[in-house]
Amino acid sequence: MPEPILAVAGVSKTYKGGFTALHHVDLAIRKGEIFALLGPNGAGKTTLISIICGIVTPSSGTITVAGHDALGDYKAARRRIGLVPQELSVDMFETVLATVTFSRRLFGHPANPAHIERVLRDLSLWDKRNTKIMALSGGMKRRVLIAKALAHEPEILFLDEPTAGVDVALRRDMWKLVHGLREQGTTIILTTHYIEEAEEMADRVGVIDKGRLLLVEEKAALMHKLGKRELDLTLVEPLAAVPPGLERWQLSLVNDGKVLRYVFDATEEHTGIPSLLRALAEQSISFKDLETSKSSLEDIFVDLVGERA
Amino acid sequence: MNLHGVWAIYRFEMARALRTLWQSLVAPVLTTSLYFIVFGGAIGSRMQTVDGVGYGSFIVPGLIMLSLLTQSVGNASIGIYFPKFTGTVFELLSAPISAMEMVLGYVGAAATKSVVLGLIILATSAFFVPITVLHPGAMIAFLLLTALAFSLFGFILGIWAGSFEQLNFVPMLLITPLTFLGGSFYSIDMLPQPWRTVSLFNPVVYLVSGFRWSFFGKGDVDIALSLGVTLGFLVVCLAIIAWIFKSGWRLKS
Repeated sequence: MPEPILAVAGVSKTYKGGFTALHHVDLAIRKGEIFALLGPNGAGKTTLISIICGIVTPSSGTITVAGHDALGDYKAARRRIGLVPQELSVDMFETVLATVTFSRRLFGHPANPAHIERVLRDLSLWDKRNTKIMALSGGMKRRVLIAKALAHEPEILFLDEPTAGVDVALRRDMWKLVHGLREQGTTIILTTHYIEEAEEMADRVGVIDKGRLLLVEEKAALMHKLGKRELDLTLVEPLAAVPPGLERWQLSLVNDGKVLRYVFDATEEHTGIPSLLRALAEQSISFKDLETSKSSLEDIFVDLVGERA
Repeated sequence: MNLHGVWAIYRFEMARALRTLWQSLVAPVLTTSLYFIVFGGAIGSRMQTVDGVGYGSFIVPGLIMLSLLTQSVGNASIGIYFPKFTGTVFELLSAPISAMEMVLGYVGAAATKSVVLGLIILATSAFFVPITVLHPGAMIAFLLLTALAFSLFGFILGIWAGSFEQLNFVPMLLITPLTFLGGSFYSIDMLPQPWRTVSLFNPVVYLVSGFRWSFFGKGDVDIALSLGVTLGFLVVCLAIIAWIFKSGWRLKS
């Protein structure tokens, strides 16, 4: 594996009150990937991001950004990072253009009106450039925060809960933007508790809960590895109970007995489906429809968190 | 050195003042005029001279100091407190900018504003009383040093404050009394003992005295001592700020 663009090694964080938000987290991010940090509220996602970006001091551990230590050589490290926080923290009295230009300069770059214009146009903010931020809607404020984070052309972009409380149009725009940035070579790390977001956007997924990084997997591999499938048979006549003789398939009845469900592992050589169908035919149980579905990342996640709890 | 970052903060802070230019200009001019009407006109006409200087002229340095101190503390404290309050401080903390660069931007802007204000008050005073400045170089130096020292103090206050109440508390309960009791409107020689000796523990006495010396060639305490106390206060504030950023006190968890 090539040198990771971001390496987190043994990072722990215990707050003053004694609460431990992170337990010895190790994580390596590849250049150019989209990485989703998935976990429920309070799992430690924001703490981890805040530590990497320099807002929270780690209790122990090291962070390396493109070879630069994030504490010792913080200027070189931070210049490469853009952060879009979860909260809508913006300067209400500033105009869009002024605040985005401010961000670029703050990160040590000379003004570059052409780049700022491109960023604002990409985010549909160009028409609003002379509007004061307080006059913008919540969704527009979030776009401003993204524009601020992109103003200094970061190599790594952090999006903390980018679509929390965001309307469908902005969510779609955001996904488009993220894919566009990836094509330009930007590494993107996003946190989310929406599984479909991780599923839609990420190349790799890290699952975090109670301050521990439970696993890091290629999204496809994760789906494959833990990917159970369900076979739903819609019956012609509803059943009150699973008939005797079908125990080995561990079937369940759902939807008031109208649907017979069989959970199987699609990666196994023998799924057990042909034999089940034969057994049903022998018992004269007829069905009018049949459907299989992949378990979502949500199911996988619930399983994972449940197992370790 | 992240000069673009320093410049960005400086411009941002100056723009904040320019947005309220009208208030920034009218308030000090009006206040100064009121002081001259009350102290210079009503009371001063019965006082005649202090240390051989007409009372109206005598209070000019103290009046400038009063505004310089309150404005420096006010400007610098709100400058850093407001980002903490709105949450935009995340950007400052995640930016590739050192503590001293950040201080340079915020404190530099706050000090610039109060120096400009001091000069406006000086100009306004010239409409009411005759003004001579014996040591213009020393006057500018005291103006700059005091503005800088108290802007640093205001910056510390802004980082410390957890609410707007606390932010207003220190200027109201500390800076204003110290300035009024620091010989802004009188010579501490006019005080009976033990108050004259007690006054010597008030750092503002040294600022006002040194500043007044630059106008009239005479102060309550020696000019070298005035300068020493002003510089000492500046160094103490710088040391506290260095510690704040090193420890992340009230800024980082």
